[in-house]
Amino acid sequence: MRPLTYERATAIDEVVRRVANRPGAAFLAGGTTVVDLLKLDVITPDLLVDVRDLPLGGIVAEPGRIRIGATASNSDVAVHPAVRERCPVLAEALLAGASPQLRNMATIAGNLLQRTRCTYFRDGQSACNKREPGTGCSALNGVNRDHAVLGGSDDCIAVFPSDACTALAMLDTTVHTVRPDGATRVIDFAELHTAPGHTPHVETVLEHGELITGLVVEDLPAARRSAYLKVRDRTSYEFALASAAVALEITDGVVTAARIALGGVATRPWRSHAAEEALIGGPATTERFAGAAAEALAGARPLAGNAFKVRLAEQTLITALTDLASRPTEEPSS
Amino acid sequence: MTDPIPTSVDQKPVATQRPPSGMSLHFNGVRHMIPVDARTTVLDALREHLQLTGTKKGCDHGQCGACTVHINGRRVLACLSLAVAHTDDDIRTIEGVTPSDGALHPVQEAFLACDALQCGFCTPGQIMSAIALLDEIKTEQGPAARLSSDEIRERMSGNICRCGAYPNIVAAVTRAMAGQDGAR
Repeated sequence: MRPLTYERATAIDEVVRRVANRPGAAFLAGGTTVVDLLKLDVITPDLLVDVRDLPLGGIVAEPGRIRIGATASNSDVAVHPAVRERCPVLAEALLAGASPQLRNMATIAGNLLQRTRCTYFRDGQSACNKREPGTGCSALNGVNRDHAVLGGSDDCIAVFPSDACTALAMLDTTVHTVRPDGATRVIDFAELHTAPGHTPHVETVLEHGELITGLVVEDLPAARRSAYLKVRDRTSYEFALASAAVALEITDGVVTAARIALGGVATRPWRSHAAEEALIGGPATTERFAGAAAEALAGARPLAGNAFKVRLAEQTLITALTDLASRPTEEPSS
Repeated sequence: MTDPIPTSVDQKPVATQRPPSGMSLHFNGVRHMIPVDARTTVLDALREHLQLTGTKKGCDHGQCGACTVHINGRRVLACLSLAVAHTDDDIRTIEGVTPSDGALHPVQEAFLACDALQCGFCTPGQIMSAIALLDEIKTEQGPAARLSSDEIRERMSGNICRCGAYPNIVAAVTRAMAGQDGAR
């Protein structure tokens, strides 16, 4: 058995230093990904540094923004009154993910770093460029029903599985970190995750040892009227085949603002600016929603097993937009 | 609450715990010293070291809910919790829910009354999940909280029953929920 050491600390600089100084070290938060992949031998850290004693669990609603500490649990974020009021899409996405037990364990920062559910990645032995660079991608010509139709490359088509990140991608979110040298930085959410390209083992712009300390979600008027729709093989406790996070501002029947992101079909959190632009300035009709959906999937590269996802994602987005547009408009409460 | 996102690096002194050869865990109100390494999960610590076998190992990967326990009052999965990470926490298992006089917990009684099981393997996890669910809705909605069958199904969806005893499990949770505010 490989040796494994566990440590915990209460200061951010200490936690960062311990991981940064050791190539085989990893952060441990809720453990829902790390402990699972540790058992599968998919990840082989020799040191786990627990971040749960850090003072990063708070959720603070300020005028103009919500600050969410890195170790706030998915459960706590989902039920926070400011999240439910200002960006219900995030609460809905969180509650659509996993199970109550897992949401109690999982942290919001851990969710940003969730690993793919690709079975070839998880089995620990198939050729997989993400797990073992240079070995090839078993999914390209294998069983690829669950795989991505957007953002894939010839080296990897693994889906990024997070529901919450689909919502965070269409909100104005920034990710706050402490780097190994102690400096802090702020990363736009859209810049955090990288496309697989030829380096699918690299999934984010974070350096080894760089610690996410929290997120800031800026208030967005359209987000008060927002929703998450997830389509999957069973009603609950299952990953998405396709999902849509949508926000609409409609004035006198005309779409004045729109935010759209897709989940379950892409290799990274997938906001569609093209779909948003297809809606703005026009009437909130099913025809326009269908046009936006076509824009969102225009770059899709379907394979033998997952071609159905193109139509499924389009229909999921059209349904999400139609349902949202039919809701009565609420008066702004602040 | 203070700003959870620090703008400068915290310089407070640190307390670090090296990998222990044995560790102290707090199960059902009792401290136990057990020899485990860093990989040992709470589930294996319970079953293999303390012979508390009420908590079941189903999938061992967070997909079935059979290992549901309460850590500091919240339902979590023992199979994805490293024991070494919970030395300061209060861990409650199915063995710890019954009153000392040998009576059953009201949720256990409801499962019996509604015949909410067939083989019984998932039952300890179902009951631990249901007890936490009742606490959660009391916190969220007050003691008179009531959930529809669909809401119960959603909130119990982290516990798989391969026998398919779901209708009676929903009935048992409904019964326990009705008894919570003294209506029984």
